Amino acid sequence: MNTTSWLNPLAALVLSPLLPGIINRTKAFFAGRRGQPLLQGYYDIAKLLHKGAVYSRTTSWIFRAGPVVGLAAVLMALVLLPLGGSAAPLNFTGDIILLAYLLGLMRFFTVIAALDTGSAFEGMGASREVQFSVLTEPALLLSLAAMGKAGQIGSGSRIEHLDNFLSLSGIYSNLSASVWMRNGTILLLVAGALLIVLLAESPRIPVDDPNTHLELTMIHEVMVLDHGGPDFAMILYGAALKLWVFSALLAGVLIPVRSAYWWLDAGAVIGGIFLLAVVIGVIESSMARLRLLRVPQLLTGAGVLSILAFALILWR
Amino acid sequence: MELWIDCLIVLLILTNLKLISSSRLSACIRVVAIQGVLLGLVPLLVGSGDLTFRVILLSIVTMVVKGIVFPWLLLKALRSANVRREMEPFVGYTTSLLVGVGLLALAIWMGRQLPLPAPSKSPLVVPLALFTIMIGLFAIVSRRKALTQVLGYLVMENGIYAFGLAFAHQEPLLVELGTLLDVFMAVFIMGITIFQINREFDHIDTDRLSLLKD
Repeated sequence: MNTTSWLNPLAALVLSPLLPGIINRTKAFFAGRRGQPLLQGYYDIAKLLHKGAVYSRTTSWIFRAGPVVGLAAVLMALVLLPLGGSAAPLNFTGDIILLAYLLGLMRFFTVIAALDTGSAFEGMGASREVQFSVLTEPALLLSLAAMGKAGQIGSGSRIEHLDNFLSLSGIYSNLSASVWMRNGTILLLVAGALLIVLLAESPRIPVDDPNTHLELTMIHEVMVLDHGGPDFAMILYGAALKLWVFSALLAGVLIPVRSAYWWLDAGAVIGGIFLLAVVIGVIESSMARLRLLRVPQLLTGAGVLSILAFALILWR
Repeated sequence: MELWIDCLIVLLILTNLKLISSSRLSACIRVVAIQGVLLGLVPLLVGSGDLTFRVILLSIVTMVVKGIVFPWLLLKALRSANVRREMEPFVGYTTSLLVGVGLLALAIWMGRQLPLPAPSKSPLVVPLALFTIMIGLFAIVSRRKALTQVLGYLVMENGIYAFGLAFAHQEPLLVELGTLLDVFMAVFIMGITIFQINREFDHIDTDRLSLLKD
């Protein structure tokens, strides 16, 4: 294990609250406004940390554990997350599944904390969140599997210190420009699937509108209505880190910079993550939220894209 | 080169999936038009011979007929029938997508079983052709509106055509052009029929036509 790889999670910890700021600035630009400052995410978190928390008498310890466990799970996911070609501090065979289920654990605790309040609105949001995650999880895992297979075929005899194609760092270190030349179509399908998963998990506009305050249409925001103070700061920070994780997964595919220098690889992907934040802002400005009944169809579409990519790479 | 062929085939597969997952009839017609244009590119990229005059002619005629003439005829029929959406199909849209994935797996499996007369440039052309035929058939049996069924028929024909195009080298030009003319006549007549059905009964739901008596 080399010490430089710890800079990847460190970058995520420091830079991730910038992402919502960039998205909001892009949206403001499209609407012709000036928008909030780029650092608003940090200000919000700092302000919330200074506040006290209020707990309802009907809640139990689950409600207080929700944000803590959520943040812990996403922090562990960061340790497994490679930035493009630069490997993660921790990598082993099968860490794909651990990553998917760390994010699953985060969601599970958000959901039971929401159910713990006993509020009907939060139960509704919890039900939706779980319903949609059933559809996004297979899409995420199949996309990663298709990338692993594409990298394994494409890299051929190129021996790396991480030629293990079943760990996240191995998958991403194999995805060089030559793999793009051979299997670009499949990687594009994977990128499409991952983009939909990113929008659904973040959760951003075609699936959920983060700005809405009408509980009937909300998914994620409605689950955290009763959290306040430091708890809410942890939720905001966790959401920003989760957005960073999914953006890094997508940017790692789209930017095939695999040089010998870790700082070049990681820098290119971090640049890609910020570009993706701008793209999300553009999508949010140019699209309306889908009707709730149509969302499963979009997510099934993501699943179909990833199945298609996996089938094509398997049977070629 | 191989990358472009892959790209083309994946786009054709995606047009098929889009067709069975969208409810707006005009969007379906547009998808079939795009499929026609993409199909016109197939002989240029995948054909087993050199780029001869007849391959280019075939490609241009395909694009014009399938990409412009058919959609125009169908859009006209759509306007006269005054329907916008396929309401309540026999199989829902999300289920249709999943059925589509199943059909794709079946097509890939079948494509690998078939012995071919000549090796084609890409192993995916035959599965694509089989998949397109199956999707066309599926659209015919799972939708109510006469117009969607015409689209299903067109897509099925596209599949057979793709199968032929992969081996266009061996096939006489006359046969290809004859098929195109046949399909043109069929779509022309079906367009008129849809108009007539709509004028007579005020709808184009084929399942409600089953009770017709003399």
